[in-house]
Amino acid sequence: MTLVRFLGIRLATLAFVLLTVSFLTYALFVLLPADPAALACGKPCTPERLETARAFMGLDAPVVQQWWDFVRGVFTGRTFGSAGATIDCPRPCLGYSFARNTPVTELVVGRFGVTASLAVGAAVLWLVVGVGAGAVAAVRRGTPLDRGLMVAAITGVSAPSYLVGLLGILLFGFTLDMVPVSGYVPFAQSPVDWAWHLALPWAVLALLSAAVYARLTRSQMLEELGAPYVRTARAKGLREGRVVTRHALRNAAIPVVTLFALDLGALLGGAVITERVFSMPGLGALLMEAVGSTDVPLLVGVTVFTAAIVVVANLAVDVVYGVLDPRVRRGGRTR
Amino acid sequence: MSLDRSAEPVAPASAAVVTGRVPLWRRLARDRFALVGAVVVVAYALVALAAPLITRALGVDPYTYDLDALGPTGAPAGPLGGVSAEHWFGVEPLTGRDLFAIVVMGSRTSLLVGIGATVVSMLVGTVLGLVAGYFGGWVDWVVARLIDVLIGLPALVFMIAVGAVAPDWFPRLLLLVLVIGLFGWSSIARVVRGQTMALRASGFVRASRALGASHAHVLFRQVLPNLASTVVVFTTISIPGAIGAEAALSFLGVGVPPPTPSWGRSIGDAVTWFAVDPVYLLFPGLALFGVTLAFNAFGDGLRDALDPRGGSSRRRRRGGAR
Repeated sequence: MTLVRFLGIRLATLAFVLLTVSFLTYALFVLLPADPAALACGKPCTPERLETARAFMGLDAPVVQQWWDFVRGVFTGRTFGSAGATIDCPRPCLGYSFARNTPVTELVVGRFGVTASLAVGAAVLWLVVGVGAGAVAAVRRGTPLDRGLMVAAITGVSAPSYLVGLLGILLFGFTLDMVPVSGYVPFAQSPVDWAWHLALPWAVLALLSAAVYARLTRSQMLEELGAPYVRTARAKGLREGRVVTRHALRNAAIPVVTLFALDLGALLGGAVITERVFSMPGLGALLMEAVGSTDVPLLVGVTVFTAAIVVVANLAVDVVYGVLDPRVRRGGRTR
Repeated sequence: MSLDRSAEPVAPASAAVVTGRVPLWRRLARDRFALVGAVVVVAYALVALAAPLITRALGVDPYTYDLDALGPTGAPAGPLGGVSAEHWFGVEPLTGRDLFAIVVMGSRTSLLVGIGATVVSMLVGTVLGLVAGYFGGWVDWVVARLIDVLIGLPALVFMIAVGAVAPDWFPRLLLLVLVIGLFGWSSIARVVRGQTMALRASGFVRASRALGASHAHVLFRQVLPNLASTVVVFTTISIPGAIGAEAALSFLGVGVPPPTPSWGRSIGDAVTWFAVDPVYLLFPGLALFGVTLAFNAFGDGLRDALDPRGGSSRRRRRGGAR
């Protein structure tokens, strides 16, 4: 398979998955007991006014038509209502929250900075700590250090994030009074306060994920360290440090990178629980607000946006494979 | 090349054979961490089974209000969240319900949803993986696309949304089992698919087909038994994940509705109280953490015991994903 064809198939799959996800979301929310038009209709809500509201929001069309309007809106933008009073939703339009009188795209973009700050900072931290700990454990296999690290890792894997988060708040926030325990300060406003407010959430998220990465890195490293090419590298007199970092770790990194891209993608879609624990106004919090007020357009928009990030992360993994794994790269060249 | 191979010590291969002969339970017993995990899992299961007996014997139950145990602010009276001879783990703020009874009865919720959802995942994942790997072609294509969509769906987001959408008459526990189960089958399906593809090409499968065995017979009588250890390991590893999912959803207020006891919901309630009453967080939190850790430790040991070469199952998984 050539690289171009490979990418083409992956892109087609991506489009297919996104269309399916958005349709499933639509189908799901049509079943919602709450009718956005009834919420916006006000009192007294006469049947005529309800009808007008439904037509204005485009809810009078069949479900498939509504879904297609949504998909088109992402690329072309949408206008709700007709003649007289209209609401514009410029592209990329992820729908319009009538309950909040704001395009969903605007709400999502407004909250994305918080989620991205949280996700990227934590991801860097856990990758360094997790891979480092896993590699050390593998090299020192069977020693007390290895056993200690792995017991710590399985403990970390088992601990629910909110529990660790709450204990962290209790210890570092309330008892030691070292860091702020809630809220978010934009980077542009004050980089120091930004990092200071994020320190505890980063640490909590990173600690738990690092455990997963340590376990994965260790098992992959053990596999690679037992491989014939490592023996060859040692036999030709390479320094052990170089064998470990340049040869074994590099190959062990492939599944780690896969997992990393998927985790980061999922986290960028909103760390619902961490945001709740630390009262951070990110995408996850936006989603919970939408659930709380049954804001259907907002629910659909956030879900599709989140799905898009996850699916793109999946695609990125496939492309990164081509860079990390020479076998894939060679497959691309021999066309 | 041949010289190289003869120079290779034969020890690793023969060692693997020897380990292979040691019975499974003895290999497990050698792993102390896994053994403790297994004991704790059994203890949790016994508590869950006997929960109504335990609470009745102690004269407590998770639904009865005890406002006398509360102080003027609604927080539990007395130190440590109201721990006393009557209330071993203290009481719930605002209601005075016995926290020990809530934690004990909560084990039923956790294990029921955790095991139920895992059974759903394993059934769906094994059947789809078997069928996809065995028949290949368009069947395989459909299953692969299903997995693509499933991975693309933000699971927690969708679980929350389904919880918000489901009609009130639908039993919440069953809904949780189904939703968590139906979101969790992709990894087992992939592994089963890969192993089935390998088995399909093997001699005994071709021989049975040539002797006139039906596809169903080959799939469920010949291929499936060979996948037993894979399914067992995945089941053990999946249960703590499903338990965690239930607790997370309940923590967010979209899982088990009150007054059914749930550790996750108690932890969620404890968030607003823990500046004044951290003990309220402690007991449900420890219960949840303990069962997850025990299942993970046991599952890890089981995987190592069933697969003495260590990472080879993981290598297969990586190959399948590519």
